[in-house]
Formats: sequence, C-alpha cells, structure tokens
Amino acid sequence: MPSKLREEDKILGHYLVPKHRILSLEESVEVLKSLGIKPWQLPRISINDPVVKILGGKPGDIIEIERDSPTAGKYKAYRVVVSY
Amino acid sequence: MNPRKKKAEKDVEEDINELEVKLKSSKEILPEKIYNELVEKLNKSNLSIRKKIDVVEETIRRYILSMIQPGEPVGTVAAQSIGEPGTQMTLRTFHYAGLMEFDVTLGLPRLIEIVDARHEPSTPIMRVYLDEENRNDLEKAKEIARRIEYTIISNVVSEISYVLGEPRIQIEIDRDMLEDKGVTPEEIIEAIEKLKIGEANIDENNSNIINVELSNDVMPEEELYDTKAFNEIISKIRKTYLKGIKGIKKTMIQEKSYEENGVKKKEYVILTEGSNLAEVMKIKGVDSKRIETNNIVEISQVLGIEAGRNAIIKEILDVLQNSGLDVDIRHVMLVADMMTWTGKIRQIGRLGVVGEKPSVIARAAFEVTINQIYNAAITGEDEKFFGVTESISAGLIPKVGTGIVMLGMGATPIKPSINNTENK
Repeated sequence: MPSKLREEDKILGHYLVPKHRILSLEESVEVLKSLGIKPWQLPRISINDPVVKILGGKPGDIIEIERDSPTAGKYKAYRVVVSY
Repeated sequence: MNPRKKKAEKDVEEDINELEVKLKSSKEILPEKIYNELVEKLNKSNLSIRKKIDVVEETIRRYILSMIQPGEPVGTVAAQSIGEPGTQMTLRTFHYAGLMEFDVTLGLPRLIEIVDARHEPSTPIMRVYLDEENRNDLEKAKEIARRIEYTIISNVVSEISYVLGEPRIQIEIDRDMLEDKGVTPEEIIEAIEKLKIGEANIDENNSNIINVELSNDVMPEEELYDTKAFNEIISKIRKTYLKGIKGIKKTMIQEKSYEENGVKKKEYVILTEGSNLAEVMKIKGVDSKRIETNNIVEISQVLGIEAGRNAIIKEILDVLQNSGLDVDIRHVMLVADMMTWTGKIRQIGRLGVVGEKPSVIARAAFEVTINQIYNAAITGEDEKFFGVTESISAGLIPKVGTGIVMLGMGATPIKPSINNTENK
C-alpha cells in the first residue's frame, strides 16, 4: 500500500514530531534503573497515538523520545505506552 | 635560548593542555547547546589562555548555580511567572496585521484557550506551505488553494428560481465566483445529477443558466403548487458539495520571504480560515512537513502527543511574544509537560490537571468546593497532605524547599546511654 506508507512518512516527517523509538526490554530496564523509578511513574502515551501506531508499540513498552530543546539542545524523554 | 623564555613557552603549553582538559570536563556537565556556544565564543575571542580557562570555570560554576534545587516548587514558580505578565495582556481580539480580513485571537483570550485545551479554537487558522515545485508559482498556489477551500453550490450561484406549476428549477451561475473558485458549469451539473432529483442542462439561450427538470418522483403533480416542496429541494441544491475540504471556510495567499543558501527568495503560503489538518496533509502539492495549524487538540490527534506538546510550547510563546512579554521557556515547557502527561491533552483546570490531583482539599480549594468534598466523602478518600495547597490549608509545613527535608535520628546510639542511666 504505497499511499499508506506515504501518510506515515508525512506524520513522522512533520517538523513538530520528534524522533520516537521503542526501547528493547534490556534498554527499558536500564533506563528505569538509571532514573530510579517504576514504569507507572513515567509520562504516558496512548496506544492510539498516531506515532505509536506507526511504530507498532504495545502497552507497557517504553518509548524514547529525542526532544529538541531551546535550552538544552537535544535530550531524551521517555513515555510508557498505555492501552487507553 | 633564554631559559626564562623557554619556561614561559612550557607554561603556555601546560595552559593549553589544561584548557583542553577543562573543556572536556565541561562537556560532561554543560548541555550540548551551551557547550557549543562556549566553544564558539572562545574560538572567536582573543583572550589569553589563562583567561579562557577562567571563562570555562566560571561557565561551569554559573551553570551549576542556575540548576534547580531539590524541593524547589517549580510548578508554583511557573504559574506565577506566566500569571503575572498575563495581567498585562490585551483582552481584545485583534484583526490580523496586514491586508487580511479574518480575525485572529491573540493575547489573554488565546492563552486561556490554549491552557483550557479547547477542541476548537475560536479562530482556527492553518498556514499551508507548498512543496518545492509549487511554492514559487502564484498560479499553482491558487490552484491548490481552490482544491482546499470548501465550496458548495450556493457559493457559485447568484439565484435559484422556480415557477409554480412547472417541474423545473432555474439556477443562475455567477461567472465571477465560478472563475474565482475554479469550478466549471459541467461540475455543477454533475453534482446536481448526483442528487438524483432530475436532469440538469445548460439553457439553450443563456449559458449562465442551468435548468433542472425535476423528475416525477421528486416533484409529483399534486405538489407542483406547493412552495414548501420547492424550497426544500432548493436548499438541498444549495448545500450540495462541489469541491474542497470540510471546515476550510476561506483561503488566502500570502507572500513570504525565506532564505536558501544565503539567497533571499519568495514563496507563496496559503492561509486558511478553519482547520482540518488530516485532510489538508493529503492534498498534492502541499508541503506536509511544514504545515501549521493553531488547533492544538487536532495536532495531538493527527501527529501525536509529542507534536501536541511542541505545539503548546510554540503557541504559548507566540502569544507571549506578540504581547511583548518575556517569559522563560522553561516555565512554558513545564506547563506543556503537565498538559500532555497522560498521553492526551488535558486542560489546566477542573476537568484536567487540577481536577486529577490526588488531594481532596487541593481540589476543593480550586473550584466547586462542596461537590468535591461530597464526592470525597461518598467514595471515602484519604487525605495524605503531600501537596502544597492542602498543607497550607491545614496549617502544616508544605513539602517544598526546606520543608522537604526530614530530620531522621538513629535510635541505636542513644539506647546504650538510656540503659546506662537506668543501670545507675
């Protein structure tokens, strides 16, 4: 389906959308350990979020977001996928 | 060689080494952006190496000093920092600067609209950028604008009339509007025939008139003298869709200059009244990467919550800058983080961030006090006195600043002394 693919590219290519990446289980554990928190303490992202849909995230996955910040340059933020 | 000179050279070498070490360690402490700026400024300046080392040290010191301390009530500080300049903002809705005839909400009403997370802003506006092929061509920009603008039959006709007793409706086309909207009479006929009310044809004598011969099912003979039946059909024709995207009421083409490889160029940008991000992104010729709308909830639905967060920051900063106010971006970022915490845009208010506070008293102190306390009593909620509002209400020390520090005293070292006194 070429038209569907293009739509995904359009969403991911938009200047407001930062880079998202689903962390592997090992990476997730490492991130939570370094932050010293449990998954439920992270900000959430809905499973119906367009970007999560494209990446194919499942509830419980942790998503790493590379945000552009005017004060800090680039930094990483995390969100946990929830089912609502 | 002069031994003193040799020593001086050695010193310089050591200093350069020290500067490098200092910069390396500063890279780990400072954020990327400040570090890059520091390196850039140091390279440009003609300070001595010793002075440069001092600059690096001072930068690190200042950066560490400027970091937020544990227990700092950042939320309260953000609220005050945005709230105080807010008192100086305008309360009016301004016309857009320039030639445009549509309104744009600015100032305090717009700020309230953003933090209330309204589903539809009072003046939705899109800024549609065009892709490389089309952006320098006015004709192509007009053509795309026509494809975006929502057009129904009543936009392009001047009159629709009928004669009682004849199963016929006459539609008079407005040629100017037709050209403006880029619609052909054939398209109108096609749209009318899709309604299945009868046959439509261009009048033989006047090419500006379309005759619609109503079929027997739609207009039976006994209804031929019924004005109500005619009016019903006419209003149906008026509302018939011709082209465009739903929600886009008006379009306008604006010239904008931009720079490419140091050369100033002009491009055409389509401004729209009304917003429909998902559909406009699908239009061919539109640069979907740069398309903008001021409907934040729509952005979060189409592009995701992170895009929504960026949009909140951008819109709030835009409002503040338009009013000539200088608010630190970190306060705005905190607001955006709170609003997007749950993965959906929440308003800052009773139905959002404040309403979801865990503390009963904090919620009751904000709005609808009695309801909050009733509901808390019914569901048997606990009050844990963790937050600032409820602590102050109850006369406790809020857990912010120095109040966050708990003094713990180990019981074991004292024990023997107690035992000793007892023994004595």
